[in-house]
Amino acid sequence: MNKWFKSGSPWIWLSAGGVSISLISVLGLLWLIASRGLSYFWPSDLYQFDITDQNGAKSVVIGEIYDREEIPVSQLAHLNLQLDPNQEVLERLLIKTGNRELVSLDFRWLLSNYITKTEKPKEIAVVERRTHGNFYGYIDSVVLDGKTVDQSELPKLLERVDAFQEQIDELQKSDIGAINYKLERLRLQKRKYQLDNELTPARQAEIDSETEILKQDYEKLEAELMGYREKVARDHIVMRAMDGQLVTVNFEHILKVTFNNQLNVFQKTGMFFSQIWGFLVEDPREANTEGGVFPAIFGTVLMVLLMTIIVSPFGVIAAIYLHEYAGKNALTKILRIAVINLAGVPSIVYGVFGLGFFVYMVGGSLDQLFYSENLPSPTFGTPGVLWSALTLAILTLPVVIVSTEEGLSRIPSAMRHGSLALGATKAETLWRIILPIASPAIMTGIILAIARAAGEVAPLMLVGVVKMAPNLPLDGNFPFLHLDRKFMHLGFHIYDVGFQSPNVEAARPLVFATALLLVTIIVALNMTAVSIRNKLRERYKMLEH
Amino acid sequence: MTTLISSNRSRGVKNSLARWFITLGGISVLFTLVLIFLYLLYVVKPVFESAEIENNVNISLQLVNSEKVLATGVDELQEVAYQINDAGTINFYHLKSSTKGVNKAFNLGDVALSQSLLESDDFAEKKITSIVDSFSENKLIHTVAGKTLLVAPSFFASYEKDIREIIPQVNYPLGQDALIIDEQEMPLSKLSFAMNDELIVFVGFTEDNRLIKTTYIAEDDFGSSNDGYDVEYETVFQEIDFEHHVDEVHVTPDLNLAFIRSDSTVYVYDLNEEYDAELKATITPTLKNSDTYLTSMALLSGSSSVLLGDSSGRVSQWFEVATDNGRQFKQIRTFETDNDNKLSNAITAIHTERFRKSFYTMTNSGLVNVFYTTSDAHLWQGQLVNAATEAFAIAPRSNGLITVSKDSANNINLQTFSVTNEHPEVTWQALWQEVWYEGYPEPDYVWQSTSGSDDFEGKFSLVPISFGTVKAALYAMLFAVPIALTAAIYTAYFMTPAMRKKVKPTIEMMEALPTVILGFLAGLWLAPIMEEYLPAIFLLFFFLPLATLITAFAWHNLPNEWKEKIPETLAPLLLIPVLVLAIYLAFSLSGVLESTLFQGDMRQYLTNDLGIDFDQRNALVVGLAMGFAVIPTIFSMAEDAIFSVPSHLTSGSLALGATQWQTLAKVVLLTASPGIFSAVMMGLGRAVGETMIVLMATGNTPILDWSIFQGMRTLAANIAVEMPESEVGSSHYRILFLAAFVLFIFTFIFNTIAEFVRQRLREKYSSM
Repeated sequence: MNKWFKSGSPWIWLSAGGVSISLISVLGLLWLIASRGLSYFWPSDLYQFDITDQNGAKSVVIGEIYDREEIPVSQLAHLNLQLDPNQEVLERLLIKTGNRELVSLDFRWLLSNYITKTEKPKEIAVVERRTHGNFYGYIDSVVLDGKTVDQSELPKLLERVDAFQEQIDELQKSDIGAINYKLERLRLQKRKYQLDNELTPARQAEIDSETEILKQDYEKLEAELMGYREKVARDHIVMRAMDGQLVTVNFEHILKVTFNNQLNVFQKTGMFFSQIWGFLVEDPREANTEGGVFPAIFGTVLMVLLMTIIVSPFGVIAAIYLHEYAGKNALTKILRIAVINLAGVPSIVYGVFGLGFFVYMVGGSLDQLFYSENLPSPTFGTPGVLWSALTLAILTLPVVIVSTEEGLSRIPSAMRHGSLALGATKAETLWRIILPIASPAIMTGIILAIARAAGEVAPLMLVGVVKMAPNLPLDGNFPFLHLDRKFMHLGFHIYDVGFQSPNVEAARPLVFATALLLVTIIVALNMTAVSIRNKLRERYKMLEH
Repeated sequence: MTTLISSNRSRGVKNSLARWFITLGGISVLFTLVLIFLYLLYVVKPVFESAEIENNVNISLQLVNSEKVLATGVDELQEVAYQINDAGTINFYHLKSSTKGVNKAFNLGDVALSQSLLESDDFAEKKITSIVDSFSENKLIHTVAGKTLLVAPSFFASYEKDIREIIPQVNYPLGQDALIIDEQEMPLSKLSFAMNDELIVFVGFTEDNRLIKTTYIAEDDFGSSNDGYDVEYETVFQEIDFEHHVDEVHVTPDLNLAFIRSDSTVYVYDLNEEYDAELKATITPTLKNSDTYLTSMALLSGSSSVLLGDSSGRVSQWFEVATDNGRQFKQIRTFETDNDNKLSNAITAIHTERFRKSFYTMTNSGLVNVFYTTSDAHLWQGQLVNAATEAFAIAPRSNGLITVSKDSANNINLQTFSVTNEHPEVTWQALWQEVWYEGYPEPDYVWQSTSGSDDFEGKFSLVPISFGTVKAALYAMLFAVPIALTAAIYTAYFMTPAMRKKVKPTIEMMEALPTVILGFLAGLWLAPIMEEYLPAIFLLFFFLPLATLITAFAWHNLPNEWKEKIPETLAPLLLIPVLVLAIYLAFSLSGVLESTLFQGDMRQYLTNDLGIDFDQRNALVVGLAMGFAVIPTIFSMAEDAIFSVPSHLTSGSLALGATQWQTLAKVVLLTASPGIFSAVMMGLGRAVGETMIVLMATGNTPILDWSIFQGMRTLAANIAVEMPESEVGSSHYRILFLAAFVLFIFTFIFNTIAEFVRQRLREKYSSM
């Protein structure tokens, strides 16, 4: 034993334990996010529980099993339950019961020993609604324009409504949105003329007539919209809730009606994928706690793209300078320390800098110079997607520099000498020889920068991200790309929905799903970068021989 | 031939252009870093500047010689000023010439409006003795004959042709007729008042030496009418037993207290009872010497503090403090007006700002001092006017002063001054030392930047949030350093190359995980689990090493043929199931442990039996979560440092008969120690600046407590929480920038040291 200790073997094993713990935590974390995130999309079974509580009162609870846990009986002592004295732990279930208009909380805990009967009736339906969350219950009747019809009509009716809803969305988002946008532009134009003292009666009349035409268009569209709305609201279904109450759900609120207990595995798989698809392409509902995350994906991608456009040239040029041009002097040393420091400065400091410098100073001056007609409401003097992209560009600059420089340093100097010996200038060598060979390394740097930027939240909270952006920064209205707009972001979505939403319990699965999406993107980006880098190293090794 | 030459020339031009362009690009990196540094500094700097006062406008007033100016004032934008003289006339003056296009052109100094205030028949004798005000535009005028009138000089802006013009007017909130304050209608020698929407309280001292309190109780409210014709109220007269003469009276704006100064003693009366006034306390300040006596008194904004000025030029601040013997008035701090001039230094008047805790002291010599109470700051000292000041007022936005003075030639001058005093509440001491805030029992470090009320005293101590930053980083490092370093040692030194190729990127993958996800998991998943299975977490600290050692010993005792099949190099993989099992065991034992050792619930046991407060989102959660975020940083760099120790060193050591472990401990780690040190520094830098994890995994309460079961608020999280709400350019905004600057400097130092050490190490390796 003593000898064993002296051999140092236990210490070696302990250090191996460090590796194991790190591996367990990485893999465990990924597994946790993946399993929780994916289970959000799997259609769960619907249960009906018959309950008899300690006073003998009977009731029925319908819902999904959301969570189950075991708790020691001693913790429930204050409830004065009559329990089997030998029982040490009790199981309790967290049931999602939905039906927010009937009960204040759409979750409730059930002690398993009160449950007298558990069933999975095939007829239970989940109605996914635009507002008020899910409704669980039995379909009592389907009412078509005041007349009760057979339940088999339901899919047909839903299809009809879906077609109208699509038209409504189209009208609201593009057509009416465009008119509103144009009206606002006209107002600003008029204001600008006023400020410049150039508002001639002719111009005034022109603007007025355009406004008038737009307003007429608007009214026409509004009427059309109302027509569709009326058509959508024609039918309704009557649902029977768990306590027997009848609740009318109008078709205008219904997104989907499913009978989860009637689905087989293949149907469930189908639904699983269609739910994932819906999550990716739909807009959020109910203060972000339901629906999809499309605007957040869009915002993240757009912001990261802008950032890439800004950071790539700067990062690459700085790396080329450091590796190809800089001499071995104090300035180079200071530059290297500057790069390391830029990499180490906390991201929130970049956020503070971005807010003060870009938003208030640069943006504020831009507003004074070019957007004075809009003042006092700011155009660029407020957080927005451009400033976010710029801030993150500074933040990711060192990533690009370090990676590019590493690539440059792996290029054998024989190649440079060869090119120079053949009479090429330094710039030509750089452009024709070095950069093409280093391009995968530059790619790696850019991908790593994108991965870093996609996951960064703290600075964005100051320079442009919002929980709910009414418009995407890219749309059909001139000039199409609106750099001054605020945007939604996957990372911030996680923070906001997980911590700021009123119903955290209900939103948690969605947060896991969003986290899974973000992790997938980032891990995929990182793995791409790493594999490019590895391939590159192989190639350089070949070059050397 | 010519084409070749010209193309050569253009190639040369391109070449040097490229050189310039690339050099510029390279140096822009340095420029960016310097820009960030300078910009942060640029925003922070005004916070530490002291006040500046500059003369703006001088107007010579045309007054009848006998007339004396009693009150003055100015509008918010400082475009129109007024003075009220003892003949009962109010005159408004333009402080700047009219802009082109205004209906009626005017010049600087022109009278904008002149009006007699004592128009009612009640005022037979138009001679004013005193004018009092009370933290609002309302002024109470008292005449020789003992008649009283409430007036409110006010201003509104008109926007004709898009040009702003300030129009003065006089309002009479209670009508133009005289108010009855004393039942016996005696003239009052001293008078003070305060009002809110429902009540007006007057406290006065009559010429026949009675201390009276009169209350007006509105039927509806006093704010509803500007001309005062509709206001109806009930009057309650009352006499207070008081045996001394009265030098000064002040009623607090919240109508709770009356301070009555009689020589060097201040009597505090409680006014809360409508029909009674009870002596609550007496304040007798200890003065410098027996010759010193109190000369003036003033209320500080916020209704809590009273300022007492004495004949030696000292001002003391007093407020009520909860002590063992109930609430008592205590002297909190004193302010000295420097006593270098030979002239009398006695404080003749103290003027306080309406919304902030700044105050101006006047002395006989005309010397003005400006102080701020909370930050204990002496902001300015100097001579405003070289003449006897008749009236003095502070502009409503505290950015200007107005004085009316009479010089030796009997010319009366109205002068305005601009005051640059944006951030008096911030001083280096107030940020980093204990400060005694109003209502606190003792000096303390407090961060409380905002509140609902207007006269809130901002509490900007960076100590609690800096402490929180250090605490969070420390707990994270406690957790991360052992794991990261052991993992790095094993990976770099003992692991087979094939395995290392897989393991290293996997652990480094953790660095790429967005911290918002780590924070979310810590706050919503880990924190509830830790609360429920608290004993398990502590068990793990023993179980994990123990399980590792047991496995190691078991392997050691395996028969040799088994050992060959499962080589020691597989240890990390072997240990994974063992450790998972240990974790499972710890969690399943948690309930048993809780019921046997901790009476069923460790959390309640901690709170009730041990008196340790428990937050669900505490330092333990942050330590674990942030530890995970820091592990890959430390691991990656430490591994690099150990791996690149030249192999001839280790080979030499092994050849001389040292065991693997001896070689590692005595040769490898020693050589790589600077690299390991810099890895830890980098990790620390990351932990200090991490925002999202702390934001989501703690309750963000700025407390000073090392307890592992309590949360904290860090500099970074504080910025993230408060920055979006802070007003641009305010003290709060600048202090948040200061917090960012502190973080910047912190990490700058860590990173520079780490990088320096690493560069030295690289040189050392290459020379080996």
